Amino acid sequence: MFRLESVCKSYGSRNVVEIPGCVFTRGLIHGIMGPSGSGKSTLLRLLNMIEKPTAGQIIFRGHDLVTCRPRLSLQRRMAMVFQKPVLFEASVYENVAYGLKVRGLQRADVREKVLEALKTVGLVHLERQPARTLSGGEAQRVAIARAFVTEPEVLLLDEPTSNLDPQNVGMIEDLVRMINRERQTTVILVTHNVFQARRLADHITFMYEGKVVEDGPTEAVFTSPGDDRTRAFIHGDMVY
Amino acid sequence: MVIWDGLSQAFSLIITRDPAMMQIIWMSLLVSGVSVLLASAAGIPLGTWLGLAPAHRVRWLAQILYTLMGLPPVLVGLFVYLLLSSAGPFGVLNLLFSPTAMILAQTILALPIVTGLTMIAVRSKDREIRDTAVSLGASAWQVALTIIREARLAITGAVVTGLGRLMAEVGAVMMVGGNIEGKTRVMTSAIVLETRRGNFEMAIGLGIVLLALAFIINSVLYRIQGVGRH
Repeated sequence: MFRLESVCKSYGSRNVVEIPGCVFTRGLIHGIMGPSGSGKSTLLRLLNMIEKPTAGQIIFRGHDLVTCRPRLSLQRRMAMVFQKPVLFEASVYENVAYGLKVRGLQRADVREKVLEALKTVGLVHLERQPARTLSGGEAQRVAIARAFVTEPEVLLLDEPTSNLDPQNVGMIEDLVRMINRERQTTVILVTHNVFQARRLADHITFMYEGKVVEDGPTEAVFTSPGDDRTRAFIHGDMVY
Repeated sequence: MVIWDGLSQAFSLIITRDPAMMQIIWMSLLVSGVSVLLASAAGIPLGTWLGLAPAHRVRWLAQILYTLMGLPPVLVGLFVYLLLSSAGPFGVLNLLFSPTAMILAQTILALPIVTGLTMIAVRSKDREIRDTAVSLGASAWQVALTIIREARLAITGAVVTGLGRLMAEVGAVMMVGGNIEGKTRVMTSAIVLETRRGNFEMAIGLGIVLLALAFIINSVLYRIQGVGRH
């Protein structure tokens, strides 16, 4: 799905992300773990083309995300959900419809897809409600519906449950599994919750100070981590 | 005593719908309204562009804009006067002492205000709205329109502020309009004239009508903002 080659992202003289090579395979749920400030979110922003790498190549299904033109058609093949959901000052319906409207879909198609997405996240009864009046869990479910309604090939999730209660965390994890299994959408999930990563991910990438220090199938990473920092993080010994 | 007389004069002007008064009100609304529309048509896109551009790249432009937001009206009046006077580059158009000249001067006055406040409004919404819109597949134009829509309350505030400045402005409109009765006389220039004549009751009456007019316009715009909020 994604292949990173000598990717570096710097702010001033500070390298935030420095990855010589890394692959994200199609159809899996990838968990990116690591302590705060390890470059996880920046990596997700690079994959979503919100930011450009300072150096290196990011190949998405054969296309270089840095040099490709037009960028928009590639960008529309993915969607991202942020840690703090930013909902537009509009109704729940309008928020979920946004990605479809910018793609120029017919009104009837938009309506059908939005209602189906809202049904999936269990919020169809709030269709007309102003989105800014929703609770944190509802807002995050709207943000996820707004992302997957566009039927992206890859869904990028940046700590989507970090501020939610256990019930909402469970609902969102179920949604992520459903999106991955039923729609065959590749999911790349950033989290520093090791339990969530183990529950959801098929493959784990562990980042530390901008670098990938461990990369492998979830069970292998959790049962026999090859790096001391990964082991410390998994066992809760890493202070961050 | 003068104030009470002014109040009764204001009521009398409103109730009798004095034709001269109605002409002045119409001219005030026309000049300020058209000017703020023109300033908004140019200032909102310009302010959005400045707001979306990286701050370090437009630092100098922003600083110039902030300076122009406090532009003295008489300076603008002088500038437009020199442009339109018979010896000026646009003298042949014969626009001096016309409503068009007043609109030109007031547009120049309102433009930096609408542009600057729009820029601030867009910057306050920029990062997270832009990232969300981009991540959902919006093009550059769609991102800009989304940010404008999200900042619409603050942008309405920018237009209201511009209109308020124009409604209260007297220096530039007198210089380039000439305060000609039935042609270029507006509320503020009429107040100046009546004060100079020693006709304080009339000046106060006009002032109260001007305030009432500003209150009505702002109430309408406030209501529009309220609708947007809910």
